[in-house]
Amino acid sequence: MIPAIVVFIYLASVLYIGIFAFRRSKGSEKAEDYFLANRSLGPFVFLFSLFGTNMTAFAILGSSGHAFTNGIVTFGLMASSSGLVIPLTILLVGTRVWALGKKHGFMTPVQMFRDRWECSHIGTVIFAVQSVLLVPYIIIGIMGGGTTLNTISGGLVPYWFGGAIVALVVMGYVFFGGMRGTAWVNTFQTVLFLLFGTVAVIVIGTGMGGFRSAAQSMLASPALAPLLSRERISPLYFFSYTFIPLSAIAFPHILIFCLTARKMAQFKKTVIFYPLCILAIWLPCVFLGVMANRVTDVPQIKARQEARRVLATQGKAMAPAARDELREQAAGDDVILRLLERYAPLWLAGLLGAGIMAAVMASDSQILALSTMFTEDVFAFYGGKRRFGEAAQVHTGRLFIVLITMFAYAVALRAPETIFELAIQYAFSGYAALSPLLIAALFWKGSTKWGALASTVWVAAAVTAVAIFQQVVPAPAPGPPTLMWSLSGIEVLARTPGGTAVFGFMPVVPMVLVSALLMVVVSLITTKPKQSTLAKYFRFQNQ
Amino acid sequence: MKRILLVIAFVTLYGLHQDFWFWRTAHPLVFGFVPIGLFYHACFSVAASLLMWLLVTFAWPSHLEEEIEGHSSQEDSAH
Repeated sequence: MIPAIVVFIYLASVLYIGIFAFRRSKGSEKAEDYFLANRSLGPFVFLFSLFGTNMTAFAILGSSGHAFTNGIVTFGLMASSSGLVIPLTILLVGTRVWALGKKHGFMTPVQMFRDRWECSHIGTVIFAVQSVLLVPYIIIGIMGGGTTLNTISGGLVPYWFGGAIVALVVMGYVFFGGMRGTAWVNTFQTVLFLLFGTVAVIVIGTGMGGFRSAAQSMLASPALAPLLSRERISPLYFFSYTFIPLSAIAFPHILIFCLTARKMAQFKKTVIFYPLCILAIWLPCVFLGVMANRVTDVPQIKARQEARRVLATQGKAMAPAARDELREQAAGDDVILRLLERYAPLWLAGLLGAGIMAAVMASDSQILALSTMFTEDVFAFYGGKRRFGEAAQVHTGRLFIVLITMFAYAVALRAPETIFELAIQYAFSGYAALSPLLIAALFWKGSTKWGALASTVWVAAAVTAVAIFQQVVPAPAPGPPTLMWSLSGIEVLARTPGGTAVFGFMPVVPMVLVSALLMVVVSLITTKPKQSTLAKYFRFQNQ
Repeated sequence: MKRILLVIAFVTLYGLHQDFWFWRTAHPLVFGFVPIGLFYHACFSVAASLLMWLLVTFAWPSHLEEEIEGHSSQEDSAH
């Protein structure tokens, strides 16, 4: 129970930081102050809060759980490709959005799209699709919070209660502190979980008697040796994952965060240090997730391995529902927590648990972003601000924060899939496929609102189709995928144990490519915005 | 020319991410316990950071900064 108490103290601390930030901005019920911290974040807070915003439960629990099942490939799949693609997009897109926001007063991506493409209701369609795709991300945070508190307390805090506590704390400091509170909490959390990785590796490595013998014995085991290489993953699948980090800059919470920097120079440190921050958090988590396979005296980890073994040997003969149940039992989202529980002293397990909570609670920015989008893109756009005033807009934002958190919590209680799968399949793939909108808006004069609409509708349809396909066609047992459609011997569509494959790629690849193609083709045949509008966006480029 | 070299550097690094040469082996174990595939991608992350430093140094969009500073000073003088 001691670790759980430490975590509760941590939760109280972040709540205090949020309320403290609220006091600083009290009396000024200005939307720009509440939602964007008055575009005044300094370099240190900007770097750590932007990075922390992008590191969720997925970064610690999802990565170690995925590595437990799939091996070292997890790092190359998500971390190293993100370290290359995300800072590049921040440099190219983030700085430009910051400049446009500063110049024209934009607070959300949809505001910019509406102005850039001279559209109104198409902007509302983009808002709707972005919102629906962002909710799974918030759900991940609540699921992670429930899992963490449940495990750290040794089962004393039930999953539903843990999730509720996390939801309430996040809702509390976002409600009171707005962007300033969220940014400061994120900075505090990022420092915590950057320290977490190194400390966790040292403590668990010492507890396991060093990693050398663990690595050697894994190599000697035919069942575990493949986890130390990538032989179970196809190169096409691996390549597909390099499309996923395109989602980062398209996520509204990241783009909105880009608007909070006081000066553009503050992007420099963020761009340079981003790959190193990812390395610091992902490498220890992936490595520990893999090494957890050598732990023989933790019953929960043994049970997961046993479920994996049964799935691999008897899965083909099982009914789909039984297979799904077994797959859930084999998922290792909690392995890193089990390792801490087993090897760290109680007080340290508490501190490290707080580090995990820090990552888990990164859903704060998504909640705030949704609230900003709702109040700016719907409430203010359709006349609410004009009729009821700016203070009413901020109150509406706060009400929205309460409602969206309650909704996400209700879904989190029922969500059957692992944290990793949920995030990848819906939020990440969808946002990656929305990235052509952003790039076209900022870098292509010829893009039009109809091109934007075509891309957005395609993304919504593709995400829905993947979700339906995976509901209708049950996942096969580990091994070859179930082929659904082939053309002249080429596998077009297949159901894999982890999702869907299109021409051997993950769905994100065709989703991004078709989205970009639709943007280009439809824009070429439709009317461009006025020259005066284009001048607002392209005078920067000296064109 | 500088920009072309930076684009080539990015494309090369993107290509190096697909390290098929370490695909099916864990050997050598760096420091006796880190599989080579994992160590390679850790080094890749450091290389990505170096590339970002090059981009920030040689391809920083300073024209955006200048435009905004000019815009801000115009606003200040109007007030």
